[in-house]
Amino acid sequence: MKVKTFKQGIHPAYNKELTAKKALEKLKDPSLVVIPMRQHIGAPCEPLVQVGDQVKVGQKIGDSQSFVSAPIHASISGVVKAIKEVEVGAGGKSLAVVIESDGQNTVHEDVQPKGDLSSLSSEEIRKIVREAGIVGMGGASFPTHVKLSIPEGKTVDNVILNAAECEPYLTVDHRIMLEQPEEVIFGLKALMKAVGVNKGYIGIEDNKSDAIDAMIKACEGDSEIEVVALETKYPQGGEKMLITAITGREVPSGGLPADAGCVVNNVTTAVAVSRAIKTGMPLIDRTVTITGHGIKEPKNVVAKVGTSVSELVEYAGGFNGTPGKVILGGPMMGPAIHNLDVPVLKGTSGVLVLTQEEVTDFEPQPCIRCGRCVDVCPVFLMPITLANYSQHQMYAEMDKYDVLDCIECGSCSYICPAKRPLIHYIRLGKAEVLAERRKQK
Amino acid sequence: MSNPKFIVTSSPHVRDVDTVSRIMHTVNLSLIPACLMAVYYFKLQAFLVILTCVVFSVLTEAVWQKLRGKQVTIFDGSAILTGLLLALTLPPRVPLWMAALGAIVAISLGKQIFGGLGFNPFNPALVGRAFLIAAFSVEMTSWFLPGAGVDATASATPLAGATVNYWNMFIGNIGGSLGETSALAVILGGAYLIYKGYVDYRITLGYFGSVAVLTAVFGADPIFHLLAGGLMLGGFYMLTDMVTSPITKLGRWIYGIGAGVILVFIRLWGGYPEGVLFSILLMNMAVPLLNRYTRPRTYGEVKR
Repeated sequence: MKVKTFKQGIHPAYNKELTAKKALEKLKDPSLVVIPMRQHIGAPCEPLVQVGDQVKVGQKIGDSQSFVSAPIHASISGVVKAIKEVEVGAGGKSLAVVIESDGQNTVHEDVQPKGDLSSLSSEEIRKIVREAGIVGMGGASFPTHVKLSIPEGKTVDNVILNAAECEPYLTVDHRIMLEQPEEVIFGLKALMKAVGVNKGYIGIEDNKSDAIDAMIKACEGDSEIEVVALETKYPQGGEKMLITAITGREVPSGGLPADAGCVVNNVTTAVAVSRAIKTGMPLIDRTVTITGHGIKEPKNVVAKVGTSVSELVEYAGGFNGTPGKVILGGPMMGPAIHNLDVPVLKGTSGVLVLTQEEVTDFEPQPCIRCGRCVDVCPVFLMPITLANYSQHQMYAEMDKYDVLDCIECGSCSYICPAKRPLIHYIRLGKAEVLAERRKQK
Repeated sequence: MSNPKFIVTSSPHVRDVDTVSRIMHTVNLSLIPACLMAVYYFKLQAFLVILTCVVFSVLTEAVWQKLRGKQVTIFDGSAILTGLLLALTLPPRVPLWMAALGAIVAISLGKQIFGGLGFNPFNPALVGRAFLIAAFSVEMTSWFLPGAGVDATASATPLAGATVNYWNMFIGNIGGSLGETSALAVILGGAYLIYKGYVDYRITLGYFGSVAVLTAVFGADPIFHLLAGGLMLGGFYMLTDMVTSPITKLGRWIYGIGAGVILVFIRLWGGYPEGVLFSILLMNMAVPLLNRYTRPRTYGEVKR
C-alpha cells in the first residue's frame, strides 16, 4: 500500500511498544469523581444539579446556552457532594461537580437507544451528538456537533477520521481500532450522514499496520469508505497535515477544514458517536494510555471522566523509580502537570510519566542558524525568525511572518540542536499578536 | 497518593539527540581523511600547521570568552573546526607563526568580535585566510609539489598554470594548500556530512553545478575547475557552514549558485587565479537578504 504524507515534519522516538499490544482494561469505578464544567473549547457549562442531589450514570449535570459548548454528564451514580472550583490540567481552574459513588452505577432513564441510523436525519444525529456531550477526543476537545454544523456557503464532500495518532507513546486510538473496528465504521457512517457526504477516509500511520488491516477488513465491500495508510511522521495527525496528506488540499490560512471541503474527527470520537446512537450513553468515559518509563506497568485503560490521575497511576503499578515529569497527553503537545489530583477529562488521551533521568535540563545555547526549524515546520514558517522577534517584543513583525498560522506542534523546539525553546517564544508572541488584533477590532 | 515534586516546563518534552557540539565534533571527525591526506603528502610540516591552527584557535577562543566574562565553551568543537579549516586552506610551508596569527585573527575578527558562535556573518576560517593573503601574499602563494625536498623550488598550483592530470588532482598528488589537493578525501568527508544532514546538498550542488555549467559555457574545462584549488573544500565545508549560510531551502539554492557564478568570474577573468575565498565571503554577505526574500510560502496562504 502506498503511504501518503505531508511535507517536512520530524521523526521522534515513538515508544509505542510500551503499550501497543496491551488491550484496553476497564478501570474500576472510583468512589469519587470530580467533573469539571469546562472540558472543551468554548463556553463552560453551568451546573444543573445542587449539592445533595442524587444523580445517575449518564444524567446531564451541566449545560450551556452557547452554541460552542458541550453538555457534561455524571459518570457514576451517587450523591453530589460539592460544587467547587478545582484545579484542572496544568494549573487551570474550573467549577466542578463532585460526586460520591453509591456503588450502584444506576443508569439514568434518559439513556435509551436512538434507533436505526437509516431512520435518523442529519439534524437528529447532530442533536444526539450534542446532547451526548461529545467533543474531539484527540486532545483539542472541540465540540463535535459544531464541527458537524457546516457554515452556510461552504460545501463539504468528505469526512476524515484522524487515526494517525502521531504523538509518541499514545496507543489508545490504535487499540480502539483493533478492538472495536465496527464501532469506528458505524461512527464514521453517522458522521458522514450528519454532514451529508458519501465519502469517508480513515487515515492511519503505517506503524499501526495491524490497525490498517483491521479497518480494511471492517469496511470491506463498502465503497464509500477508504482506509489511507500514512507515513509515520510527526505531526501527521495535525488537522491541516492530515487533510493535505489525504486529499491534497490546503486549508486556507485562518480558515476551517470545511473551507477545504473536509470535516475531521478523531477515531475515538467516532466510537463515542456510535455508542451515543446505539445505546444512548453520553460521553462519560474515555480511553487513556498510561505509560512512560516512569510507570511500572504501562497500560491502556478506559476510565470514567472525573477519575483522578493519581488513581490511574496507582492502577498502572505506580511510579517506576523517581518520576521527573507527568504529562497529560503526548510528549510533543501535552502539558506537564505538577499535581496528580487532577481529573481525567474528555480530552485526556494519555498520562505519560518520564523518569528523572529522561528529563534532561535543556540549557539553551546560541542559535547556529542551521535552519532545521525552517526545514521541519509543517506549515512552512521560519520559527527561529519568529522566536527572535518574540524575544525582542516585535509583535507586528511576527504577525507579518504569519505567526497565527503556527499550529504549535513543537517540531521546531524538538529539532533545535541548540535546544532553544522556540515554540515557547512563539506561543508567547502569538498571544500578544492575538491580543493586539482584538484591540484593533 | 502523595505528590512528589514534578518538573513542569512547556511542551515539547522530548528533544532530538543532536546538539551543537555533536554537530561540530562530527564535522571535525569528517575532516580526518583530508587531514591524513595532507600529512601523507606534505609530511610533518602539514601536521604542525594543523596542530598550530587548532591550538591557537582554541586558545584565542578561551581568552576572548574569559575577557568577555562568558562561559568558556572551547570543547563545543567549533573553535577546533575553525582551526582545522584554516589549516587546510594554508600552503604546506607556511611559517608556523603565520599560521598561528591566522588562527588568532580568524577567531578574533571572524567570530568573537561579533559575539561568538552563531553571530558571525563570515566564515571565520576564511576571514583568517583572507587576512593572511592580504598581509603575506608571497608566503601564502608559495606552493610545492608533494614529496619535494626542503630546498625544492616553488611550483605553481594547477590554477596558476601547472599541468597535471585529472587523476593526480583527484587523489591530491599536486601542489596546493593542505586540504585543497585531494578532492577524494574532501568528497568522502563531505558525502558523510550530507548523509548525516549536517550539510545541505542544495548549497554544494548549486555551487558545483553552476561552476560546471558556466565553465563549460565559456569554453573552459569543467572537470579541471571542479577539481582544482579549494572548490571541493569550500563547497563541502566552508560555503555550507550553518552559521553563515541561509536558513531557507530556496535561499540555499540561490546562495550556492551565486557563489559558483562569482567563482567562475574570478577564475576566468579576475586578477586572482583562485576565487573560492571571495566567492564564499561575498555570498556570506548576501545571507541576511536571502533569508528575507526567500521566505517560504506559508501553508494555506491566501492572496491578500
